[in-house]
Amino acid sequence: MTQYAIRRILYSIPVIFGILLVTFVMARAIPGDPCKAMLGEKASAEVCERFTREHGLDKPIPVQFGVYMKNIFSGDFGDSIRFSRPVTTILLERLPTTIELGLIALFLAVLVGIPAGVIAAVRRNTAADVGVMIAANTGVSMPVYWLGLLLAYVFALLLKDTPFWLPPSGRISAGVTAIPFYEVFQWAVVEGTAKYTFLEFFANMYILNSIISGDWEVLSDVIKHLILPAVALSTIPLAIIARMTRSSMLEVLRQDYIRTARAKGLFERFVILKHALRNALLPVITIIGLQVGTLFAGAVLTETIFGFAGVGRMLFEAITARDFPIVQGFTIVIAVGYVAVNLLVDLSYVFIDPRIRLD
Amino acid sequence: MADKTKNKKVQSDEKLKGLVIGHDAHAFIESITKIDNGDTDKDYRANSLFRLTMRRIVRQRSAVIGGSILLFLILVAIFAPVIAPFDPNFVLIGHEDIKRRTDPCIHLLGCPEDQPQHILGTDGNVRDVFSRVIFGTRVSLMIGFTTVGFAIIIGTLLGALGGFLGGWVDNIIMRVMDVLLAFPSLLLAIAIVAVLGHGLQNALLAIAIVAIPVYARVVRASVLSVKEQEFVSASRALGGSSAHVLFRRVLPNAVPPLIVQGTLGIATAILDAAALSFLGLGAQPPTAEWGTMLGSERNQIFTAPHLVFFPGLAIMITVLAFNLLGDGLRDAIDPRLKQ
Repeated sequence: MTQYAIRRILYSIPVIFGILLVTFVMARAIPGDPCKAMLGEKASAEVCERFTREHGLDKPIPVQFGVYMKNIFSGDFGDSIRFSRPVTTILLERLPTTIELGLIALFLAVLVGIPAGVIAAVRRNTAADVGVMIAANTGVSMPVYWLGLLLAYVFALLLKDTPFWLPPSGRISAGVTAIPFYEVFQWAVVEGTAKYTFLEFFANMYILNSIISGDWEVLSDVIKHLILPAVALSTIPLAIIARMTRSSMLEVLRQDYIRTARAKGLFERFVILKHALRNALLPVITIIGLQVGTLFAGAVLTETIFGFAGVGRMLFEAITARDFPIVQGFTIVIAVGYVAVNLLVDLSYVFIDPRIRLD
Repeated sequence: MADKTKNKKVQSDEKLKGLVIGHDAHAFIESITKIDNGDTDKDYRANSLFRLTMRRIVRQRSAVIGGSILLFLILVAIFAPVIAPFDPNFVLIGHEDIKRRTDPCIHLLGCPEDQPQHILGTDGNVRDVFSRVIFGTRVSLMIGFTTVGFAIIIGTLLGALGGFLGGWVDNIIMRVMDVLLAFPSLLLAIAIVAVLGHGLQNALLAIAIVAIPVYARVVRASVLSVKEQEFVSASRALGGSSAHVLFRRVLPNAVPPLIVQGTLGIATAILDAAALSFLGLGAQPPTAEWGTMLGSERNQIFTAPHLVFFPGLAIMITVLAFNLLGDGLRDAIDPRLKQ
């Protein structure tokens, strides 16, 4: 088992190396002069010469790659052109928003998707099954941003002046401030230290922050702002999880041991939940891991629509503004995060299903 | 006398052999037709492989629904100039007395007769939205077929090379594919477009590139599964060249899974291309592309929701058609999944 874990971890090293190589090649593949691409067409020859020297672009490509690797492993993704600030700092500011949104969306998808899939499988070929499958097929075919805009139209405009009204954009209402929990508790932290950055990271997840500091007014405001984007973002993962749960359940329900369990006279509910679902969940967990990628990509679209200052919107703005260091840094972090999540999913199998022989 | 008995024995042996063979062959053929048919169709001689496959596909409800919608969309794309009342880029100012972003107006449904009829309204540049949605079908279908076609060709080449040659060639190809799969696909496409520059052509290239690994894996898997089988060895023994064995004996086995994967892939490609266009990275205005139409009018969601609703609906229906067809084809072609 340990051997499998080690091998699986070692196996992801070349993939991560590949990700770095691909992003390096992409940065070098930008058409035209890198200096002009980075600093704009009007950059003078002098400025460009200094830029080339400072960024080591006059060195041989393998040397450049070495420097690039060294920088990345020390957490240095260069400076944003637009903001003249380190990409890492911007990333740490933006990441909590996206993680919060993504986790809530994933939570919704699992919470609704798995029961929907189980019901469809148990009531196979009934109206419930057909309904779930139609909904799931429609869900995977829907553009996230379109659904988001329609939700905003319905909940922010049509349901205005009703208790169901929800805000169409932003993370928090104007006038409401989420006071970081470390300030509420009056912890002595100095700005700029690692401890501060660490605490700030979690304080930027507004839901977590308001729960820790017990500020229920802010919590309800933040949740209201999160519902629409989270629902829009969760649609595709939800539909995929529901379909996977259904087909996996159907597979398991046909097995002999289920018949045995029923023959023993166990309650149907017990058979379904204890015997069938536990085994049916394995492929579903793999699919959930893969949905993290869908969520990150969806975040670009959802955050753009709902005015969320997260990683996705920043990435989109950086592309429009041709701020390549941000595009590069964010892409690397998201891809490596995706690889890491799927690595964890694979490793978790060992604990979830002891039957699996790993070699 | 001895000869006679011997003859008799041989005869009965042959009879027995014939019986056994006959029985085996019969059972064999019947088992094949059983798998292929899904029922006990006795008249197996009249069934060609094509007919059998078609019959199985027609039995899949989702394939029929998806296929019908797709057929309808293809007809719409072909006859777009006939169906659409205007050119998609025709600006109506000076031609009709109409303002920009007017609501849909259908005379039959009680819209005043003196107002010009635009069944899906007009957009921000005073163009007929219905005509643009209709012509958008052409763009989206073209996007789906070209990107997936490109990805299948390159993916098949890479997967076949890897699976057939094995060794370090296989290793290198598959590791590169692993790296491409390590990125969330839409994000990689966005990053590629960021590097290559905005525009429909680059968006198509980006979407095709990120789709390649899927097809490479499918082809490699089916090459590996038949590579060592007798009919392949036989083809080699008969003096078939590597290329002959690969293209005529091995690769045809990869066609069914490729068709299924390709159909589902078109759905993803159309969805991703629309997303890129929505973000302003793909098709540029004034192209009548659904994602672009949605993107350029998204700020009007509260004032003119029809400008957002109809292009999005068109995307959803098209993507749904390919998804349903792909699911149905998979169930029909892969009997293991049949339930």
